[in-house]
Amino acid sequence: MDFGFILSSAAGELLSPTTAAYALAALGLAVHFGYSGLLNFGQAGFMAVGAYGFAISTLTFHVPFFVGLLIAVVCSAIFALLLGIPTLRLRADYLAIVTIAAAEIVRYIVTTNQLTSVTGSANGLAAFEGDFYAMNPFPNGDYFGMNNRDFFIRVVGWGLVIVCCVLVWLLMRSPWGRVLKGIREDENAVRSLGKNVYSYKMQALVIGGVLGALAGMVFTLPRGAVQPANYGTELTFFLYTCLLLGGLGTVLGPVVGAMIFWVVLSLTQGVLYGLIESGAVTWLNTVQAGQLRYILVGIALMLLMIFRPQGVFGNKKELAFA
Amino acid sequence: MGAVFAAVAALLLIVAPASQAATPSPTPSPSSTTFQNSISGFLRGDDRAPLADVTITAKSGDFTGTAKSGANGSWTIGVPTQGTYEVELDVNTLPEGIKLADGQENPRKVTFSQTSNLSVIFAFGKGIVVQEQDFGQNLLNRLVAGLSFGLLLALASVGLSLIFGTTGLTNFAHGEMVTLGAVLVFAFNAMNLPFWLAILLALLGGGLFGYAQDAGLWKPLRRRGTGLVPMMIVSIGLALAVRYVIQFYFGGATQQLPYAQSAEIQIGPVSISPNNLWSLLISVVVIAVLGVILLKTRLGKATRAVADNPALAAASGIDVDSVIRIVWVTGGMLASLGGILWAYYRPGVTFDMGSQILLLIFAGVTLGGLGTVWGALFGSIIVGIFVELTTVFGLAADLKYVGALFIMIVVLLFRPQGILGRRERVG
Repeated sequence: MDFGFILSSAAGELLSPTTAAYALAALGLAVHFGYSGLLNFGQAGFMAVGAYGFAISTLTFHVPFFVGLLIAVVCSAIFALLLGIPTLRLRADYLAIVTIAAAEIVRYIVTTNQLTSVTGSANGLAAFEGDFYAMNPFPNGDYFGMNNRDFFIRVVGWGLVIVCCVLVWLLMRSPWGRVLKGIREDENAVRSLGKNVYSYKMQALVIGGVLGALAGMVFTLPRGAVQPANYGTELTFFLYTCLLLGGLGTVLGPVVGAMIFWVVLSLTQGVLYGLIESGAVTWLNTVQAGQLRYILVGIALMLLMIFRPQGVFGNKKELAFA
Repeated sequence: MGAVFAAVAALLLIVAPASQAATPSPTPSPSSTTFQNSISGFLRGDDRAPLADVTITAKSGDFTGTAKSGANGSWTIGVPTQGTYEVELDVNTLPEGIKLADGQENPRKVTFSQTSNLSVIFAFGKGIVVQEQDFGQNLLNRLVAGLSFGLLLALASVGLSLIFGTTGLTNFAHGEMVTLGAVLVFAFNAMNLPFWLAILLALLGGGLFGYAQDAGLWKPLRRRGTGLVPMMIVSIGLALAVRYVIQFYFGGATQQLPYAQSAEIQIGPVSISPNNLWSLLISVVVIAVLGVILLKTRLGKATRAVADNPALAAASGIDVDSVIRIVWVTGGMLASLGGILWAYYRPGVTFDMGSQILLLIFAGVTLGGLGTVWGALFGSIIVGIFVELTTVFGLAADLKYVGALFIMIVVLLFRPQGILGRRERVG
């Protein structure tokens, strides 16, 4: 077993664009669930809206990169409004069911063969990232073992993560953020102070949703393709695992949670594949090793929720639930 | 809850070496094992005799898959994605004297809808002409099929609703309880047990899973006073873990239960497959029995009392924990039965078949009103019929679940307590 390779590929996951996308999306969930107590189970839907909004506006309407970005963000904000109007007055579990249903509706719509010319149905869309890489300021060459494209997407992805973290941090220590936390603790108390709880919740839903849409774009740009199968309900649940790993009501929690999630996934994959290749483990094939990792994710999610719901960095007093 | 994890770990370690040998893969063609999706069918002449060694090709983009029909006439082509494929039957490889029936498109375009297996039927012989169904006929057939689908959904959603009513838990692992029923029947059947015994054991297994979940996980969590939202997230973790444990042993391919292929029969004006008819009858009987138990027996009264107000029920001498235990066992068995029927309805068994209809189950429960048993029944039937009828009214087959989910959201907008729910239940 080549431990050097296993460790280096795990370390590579630490700053991969996918990790950045998970960190952004989990940060959006932190705004929803950690700070506002909104149980959004449809973050995968927001990511899909972002990714498809960008890809379709680039491919079908041939708009420049930043217009496509703007369209994706506006689409996700509209999606949040549509979701919020019927559900934000209801109990938490209704919001959960409606958001997960809405995310699945988005996935069914981009998968259907009726819209193949626009969405590419199950095969998805590709070749929309040209404008993005055309803006690459880094000349060809070697950057820490990466080519200039890989380096560029990492710089942009993690730059975006840092900017969003700072924004969320500033927001949450502003009076606006304090009201939001108040809503999480006791909605009626905040309402009795004359605040419009519904409108605050809606704003939080939109902000977290926009973060999800940005994450969707960071997720799809390095792949150069967007496929509906990537945006199933599992994605949302993995994001919740990231969020709970790091800590609910924190800014850095989701980021570190996403890093831990991907490093551990990569490590277990490396070790399991190594054991299988060396013949030490014979009761497992490589496909099953992949499934074993997701069994562990599920068990980790349960254990975290039961024994350390505040996550690594969280504060038990900041939990969105008693 | 430690017991459950220990059990999962022990299962993984002990059963794994045997799993390769124990998991049969009765796949007619080697290509189907490499991909998770497949296009398949049976070739039979007009005298019902199987046609062997006929070549069939499926094409999409640069992908081309070929298969030869086996001795029993079956063929399977594994395909990488669920998209649209052009399927062509090579007429030169047909046996002497056999021809495709008039009006049979060849090659033809076929499209996946939701399931990972797609059946393509080629009709042979002179006498067979593909009939164009008129709208009314189609509507009636879909209505009956939808009723059958709705009732099997109801089996699962009544259990979910009972669990929600008595414990307040929105159980995201209910889909896996549905899958388990079908997978267990497949596993026991593969061990060459008689069919009826396989079904019985699968139902028992479902009940046992419900019992183990409650005893190992949910009861200790209730004791700790864990909130409803954390419990919901725990159930998601459980759903992920169980789904991939099932995939670990079962694999990603679609398998068929015995007697899954059946020709439609004509009853009066309705044509329905015998499997759907059985499914309909079984669901009606089971739900009727359940209704009688809930309304007439002491146990049923106790269950409704716990659902209404657990503290008050405990104070009036009802053993709340034992009622909840019985509810979990019943819920597990009902979900298993629903899963078996769902495997015949689709048809096919896959590791994610339960999570595919989880949202429809939720839709049924919320439509009727969270926590009310009759609401869950009513809501599920509406969902089932709605899903089937939308295809009659021109919605594409791969969008048929969207309608049901959309209706759920709209109903929540105007009547959040559901159709039969009481307003006070919505906080």
